Amino acid sequence: MRSHKKLTTTAAALMVSAFIGGNAWAAKYGSPISEADIAAWDIDISTSTGEGLPEGKGTVAEGAKIFAEKCVACHGEKAGGGEMYGSMVGGIGSMTKPKRKLTPGSMYPYAPILFDYVRRTMPMESPQSLTNNEVYALAAYIYNLNGLVPDNATVNADTLRKMKMPNRDGFMTDDRPDVTSTRCMTNCPELEPILKK
Amino acid sequence: MPEKEIVSPVTAGITSQADAERLQFEQRRNFLRNSAAFTGAALAAGAAGSAPAQAAKLAVNKSNKEMGREIEPAVYGMPSKFEAHVKRRRTDVLKNKQHWSDWSMTPIHQQPGITTPNGLFYERHHAGTPDINPDEHALVVHGMVKQPLKFSMDNLMRYRAKSVFNFMECSGNTLTDWQQAKATTVQQSHGLLSCAQWTGVPLSTLLDEAGLDSGAKWVLLEGADGSAHARSIPIEKCMGDALIVYAMNGEALRPENGYPVRAFLPGWEGNVCVKWLRRIKVSDKPWHLRSETARYTDPMPEGKWRQFSMTMECKSVITRPSGGMMLQGPGTYEIEGFAWSGNGTITAVDITTDGGKTWRRADLEGPILDRCLTRFRYTWDWKGGPAKIASRAVDNTNYVQPTITDIAKKRFTSGFVQHHNGIFPWSVSEKGEVKNAIA
Repeated sequence: MRSHKKLTTTAAALMVSAFIGGNAWAAKYGSPISEADIAAWDIDISTSTGEGLPEGKGTVAEGAKIFAEKCVACHGEKAGGGEMYGSMVGGIGSMTKPKRKLTPGSMYPYAPILFDYVRRTMPMESPQSLTNNEVYALAAYIYNLNGLVPDNATVNADTLRKMKMPNRDGFMTDDRPDVTSTRCMTNCPELEPILKK
Repeated sequence: MPEKEIVSPVTAGITSQADAERLQFEQRRNFLRNSAAFTGAALAAGAAGSAPAQAAKLAVNKSNKEMGREIEPAVYGMPSKFEAHVKRRRTDVLKNKQHWSDWSMTPIHQQPGITTPNGLFYERHHAGTPDINPDEHALVVHGMVKQPLKFSMDNLMRYRAKSVFNFMECSGNTLTDWQQAKATTVQQSHGLLSCAQWTGVPLSTLLDEAGLDSGAKWVLLEGADGSAHARSIPIEKCMGDALIVYAMNGEALRPENGYPVRAFLPGWEGNVCVKWLRRIKVSDKPWHLRSETARYTDPMPEGKWRQFSMTMECKSVITRPSGGMMLQGPGTYEIEGFAWSGNGTITAVDITTDGGKTWRRADLEGPILDRCLTRFRYTWDWKGGPAKIASRAVDNTNYVQPTITDIAKKRFTSGFVQHHNGIFPWSVSEKGEVKNAIA
């Protein structure tokens, strides 16, 4: 097989270098390509600024129609949860409750996250098939169901960029090791469950 | 062996599956002990158990008296038909309603060495496994670089390769078992864990070739699968030990593990090691995608969420005896398991057999490698009464594996909670039944 042959060659080169040492040099094997030629792959949105959001727009009403055609089977009526997945509506204010409800409305710190995610992954059986206008319309519909844009809203790059999401300030960066434990060997406290019986 | 053979909870006596599994493992252990592979292995000298019964008189093996199977002209070898029960399995503890964004778990209790066979390496995908033709696959590096570049697989394989032994663990490993004992077996509780020798090109080689712009701080890794799964990675990791790998355990990556090429970030959670890698984009800030805000974040007190907690901290678990197994009466038993740390090497593993009151050092079996599964062994003289056994690992940063109650002092543990590295106890009943004792 092609790759096996190549691996063998690479392994042999590695062995030689291990014995002799210091014979590696900065080989360059990449082919130059222009950003224009990468455009079809360049789908990411830098969600904190909206950088990468394309031209286009969509309304809540258009989003409702697309949702009914392409999304409702898995996500349920009005995105309230369906055959495959749970609700995408509500949960705002639940982060300090014992049970947090995670939805695009309650969880996302930046509104463009929904555009980025829907465009790259949805619908699950035909991802990257939606037009940018359709993705904007679905974002309008989902955020409307979450009470974050009005019924008559038209959503585009600018509106997504300017939306202030409820969980904007809900994040912190990695602060671990946050847990410290002692290496007790004798007369230690017994292991116990988190929830006391 | 039936298709569905998740080890069921031990009821009266022994379930056939648990029994069969135990006997098969016993036979294999004895075989391995007597083979050259285990010569010199650190098998602790245990206390004297009950005297073994006299073995029966031997007859000549049937296999000694006939020719075996002939060598085929070209074949990919498969395990013995008698090992058909050793399988990667979806869990039925947390059942997804579809199996494209789902996971399957490694039978770590059936893994004698520290490397996981490729066919048993755990899986986690977000839109199923694509079958990608390497001749048609390309990887691009662009964004804040001086020259955007495209690499074919042939291009990538021309660079000087690097191989490393490292574990990989899903950030969600053990997440069903914080507050309640949900998993029956260690495969279900800890099977989103595997270990391999990875071979590829340092990511820094590709970024250096493209030339980073000043101010480059974060890098997006994106897959060519149906989810185009993507994560933001700090530039320090990318210019440090991050690899772009095309092989594991001496052969090309398996499709479910990212064929033909994936990222591998030693010591970090599996989902950042983006599979079917097609695009690397450099920026001055993280992207804050769904996969790093609404998912793969840790719930913290006061409604907060912790982001970018990607290192898998020091952890261990006893794989034998473990949930669903049955001890066959009082006597000596080998306790064994794995310890690992995304921050370095394992320096010690302690074992308790009395529910945490006293701990004794286990033997560590070499090689003890940086961010790699490390095998521990401990001989236990079980007197026959109820017992609770657990392991506790320490790494070379002097981090001590915490109890779940230690973790719960600092973190919120209700819901779909990642990064469970708590000490995991198994209870042993008077009859010898081994069960999940996390709660």
